[in-house]
Amino acid sequence: MKIKNKIKITVNGKQMQIIPKFTLKSLITKLKMPLNKIAIELNKKIIDKNRISKIRLKKGDKIEIVHFIGGG
Amino acid sequence: MIDKGFKIANKIFKSRLIVGTGKYKSFSECAKAIKTSGADIVTVAVRRVNISNKNKARLMDYIDPKKITYLPNTAGCFTAEDAIRTLRLAREIGGWKLVKLEVLGDKRNLFPEMIETLRSTELLTKEGFKVMVYCNDDPLMAKRLENAGAVAIMPLAAPIGSGLGIQNKVNIKIIRKQTKLPLIIDAGIGQASDASIAMELGCDGVLINTAIAKAKNPIQMAEAMKLAVISGRKSYLSGRINPNLFGSASTTNKGII
Repeated sequence: MKIKNKIKITVNGKQMQIIPKFTLKSLITKLKMPLNKIAIELNKKIIDKNRISKIRLKKGDKIEIVHFIGGG
Repeated sequence: MIDKGFKIANKIFKSRLIVGTGKYKSFSECAKAIKTSGADIVTVAVRRVNISNKNKARLMDYIDPKKITYLPNTAGCFTAEDAIRTLRLAREIGGWKLVKLEVLGDKRNLFPEMIETLRSTELLTKEGFKVMVYCNDDPLMAKRLENAGAVAIMPLAAPIGSGLGIQNKVNIKIIRKQTKLPLIIDAGIGQASDASIAMELGCDGVLINTAIAKAKNPIQMAEAMKLAVISGRKSYLSGRINPNLFGSASTTNKGII
């Protein structure tokens, strides 16, 4: 069954659809991201990783999830 | 004089060689090169996670940040705002305050944009970051960075990744004379002798990425760089002889037949 009222968000430049009231924690879990190895920005604001279960995502939210890669 | 290691932002590091983690064929090759190099500090970059490939290997799976100091950089940043955003994110990943600031001004020569670099150094220092600064080899700018709160001055030897070696020894020597801050050559090393020369000029350390990662045998080059840095430092501390235009025989003429 198709869930109605899905909302669009952007994660690392890619569009995603989520159900309303989806939390940032649910998103990180869905993406299988190890919390201790990433940092998260929501609409250009850095998010305290201890608070992600309290943050509900809204239509048009832009999320950036970053980690360390090789560099000089 | 014996080498007791060097201090950056009140922390003592044994190895004077800092190694970059970019451009390797694989994470395992990178990890092996770092181990062979003996480096205590490695530079890392902050980038988006690939959300479509969740199982992709991560740098942190291969290089343990508990055993080796990660030095987050701002590679690819062209403004103070970009650099600050990147380093705030780096700090959030794991609490890092010691960072390498690199604000570029030109995509081709990769030279540092010094006005933005200076501004970023001031802002980041105010936020509590310990900023090691990639800069040009201008003694006046180096002084201004020092006054702005930099914890290490990191002039280029030549353009990043060029492998051209130290192009302006005089400027490096002048910067050495004027600062007590750690002085680290940050870019342009091509071969082991370049690293030795940097150390013989009195630098406290050398940061190398491409010269190791893109060598035909990166692991062996990592060892060569390790030895070159140790050798150059010992040479510097030993006090070289004065150069002389004419010869001075090593064998006495006394008792000659």
